[in-house]
Amino acid sequence: MLVEALVLSAILFVIGTLGVLVRRNAIIMFLCIELQLNAVNLSFVAFSRYLGIEGQIYVFFVMTVAAAEAAVGLAIIISIFRHYESVNVENFNLLKW
Amino acid sequence: MTLDFASNADYLWVLLPEIVLSVWAMVVLLAGVRRPDDPPVNPEVLGWLSLVGIALAAGVNGWLYGVTSTNPAAMITVDGFRLFSNWIFLLGAALTILIAPAYVARQRLQAGEFYTLILLATVGMMFMGGTRNLILLFLALETMSIAAYVLTAYNRRDRRSAEGGLKYFLLGSFSSGFLLYGIALVWGATGSVHLPEIGATVEAGAGFTGLLLAGMALLAIGFAFKVAAVPFHMWTPDVYEGAPSPATAFMAAAVKAASFVAFVRVFMEAFPALYESWYPIMWWLAAFTMVIANVVALSQSNVKRMLAYSSVAHGGYLLVALAAANQMAMAGLLFYLLVYTVMTVGAFGVLMVVAHHGEDRLQVEDYAGFGAMRPLLAVLFTIFLLSLAGFPGTAGFMAKIYLLQGAVDSQLWTLSILLVLTTVVSYYYYLRVAWFMWMRPAPEGQVAASFWAPLPLKVALVAGAGIILYLGIFPGGLLDEAMASAEGLGLARDVFLGLRP
Repeated sequence: MLVEALVLSAILFVIGTLGVLVRRNAIIMFLCIELQLNAVNLSFVAFSRYLGIEGQIYVFFVMTVAAAEAAVGLAIIISIFRHYESVNVENFNLLKW
Repeated sequence: MTLDFASNADYLWVLLPEIVLSVWAMVVLLAGVRRPDDPPVNPEVLGWLSLVGIALAAGVNGWLYGVTSTNPAAMITVDGFRLFSNWIFLLGAALTILIAPAYVARQRLQAGEFYTLILLATVGMMFMGGTRNLILLFLALETMSIAAYVLTAYNRRDRRSAEGGLKYFLLGSFSSGFLLYGIALVWGATGSVHLPEIGATVEAGAGFTGLLLAGMALLAIGFAFKVAAVPFHMWTPDVYEGAPSPATAFMAAAVKAASFVAFVRVFMEAFPALYESWYPIMWWLAAFTMVIANVVALSQSNVKRMLAYSSVAHGGYLLVALAAANQMAMAGLLFYLLVYTVMTVGAFGVLMVVAHHGEDRLQVEDYAGFGAMRPLLAVLFTIFLLSLAGFPGTAGFMAKIYLLQGAVDSQLWTLSILLVLTTVVSYYYYLRVAWFMWMRPAPEGQVAASFWAPLPLKVALVAGAGIILYLGIFPGGLLDEAMASAEGLGLARDVFLGLRP
């Protein structure tokens, strides 16, 4: 069970990583980052079966951080949308990316 | 006072600096509140108020030197490494708050929240320096990072600020994902998130090696993003250029210092036994960072962007200390971080004066005639630039000497040579600004009055230049302190070379 869960978690993490690298829509990139964090949560839960309940508590910490990140990240995306009327990072070219 | 952490109340004592600063951040936040139709509160007043909180936290940090912890399993340590790095963060925050008011007032930013975010980010940094628990480290890192994202995007009316904020947010949380995955795998491999316990498990050869190495590599990637090591530095120039200048100074100085402190603690306490596996990574990161950042900085005509690349280059010098991994290198790293914090914030302080407390005059040509018009400020700026370049007589020079000595002690010849050569290259882009400042006539119609420097900024610049000159001439006392603080960290290289069993 552990190996399968870890492999699934690794696959999800890679999908998230590729998503951030390939997609250019800021909201999709942000969703891919959330996917990465949740892939890690899956690892924590899988390990916790063998290493003790702490793993599931760590998941709560990670969820809290993800929520805080979402609050700030969406606010930043709204603020940039007001300037550019777009959330595509290719349009943001005042600074050389 | 001796604490054994038998009761959780002991954590209140050991976390007192963080608690004081968190409470004070709330005080500053409330003090900045006004009704919409009232005139905004004077940023200078709030700045001095924030400084009181930092002074209180610094006092408590000094008091912690009398506290010893007898329980190695505690999540928070009271070792010298933590207390020394706390000085660095508090000094960085204090200088940032001193240089910020004119900028904040001129750009009509909300002063209360701005200072509160700086204070809360500082709390996150102090946790990063003090914790021995990977989960707490992650929470601390996020406390700092989320505050830094907001600070970057703080100037809502400026497109560049929003753009820099978005880039910082996306790449910052992307790298946090790697760091967290590394933590999960290390925990899975060793069954612990406590750094000394991980170290013991690794040393005994227990645990799952494959998972452990993967976790360590992911942690290294996450930290390499945070300290902006080449090739993970792509976000740095854009973010540093887009962010409001005081926020840039804070990020380039204190945020980077905190990332380095956590990087060092994790790798020196948890993975000394795997030194052979991770030292090539540090070696290549250091070499790439020093060479590429310095070469790219040569071609920058925007001084803010040049300072961003310079900050990346300084990260490269500091990575040499991680590769060297001995006590001298660790002491050098602490010394360097303190000096680097002072000179970076100082340089940004003058940059803000020239830039009209905004983002107007950032090109190197805009510095023409500055020396003739504002000689005192120009002298201070020259001191900061010379120190950044590592000129003899300044603290930046002594800091580089100590790093070099650490590298030589560890017999890292190639890195030592690269460090010296890239330092010589960096003279060009630092001294070019000084040359424009002193040797070029001012453009038509430029008047000295347009370079206005308020009192707190002058205090910060004079204090910073004083620290740099003092440490350039009498570095011994601080070095001894740094050596004592680095006690017990970084024995990995000595073992590797067979100098120690």
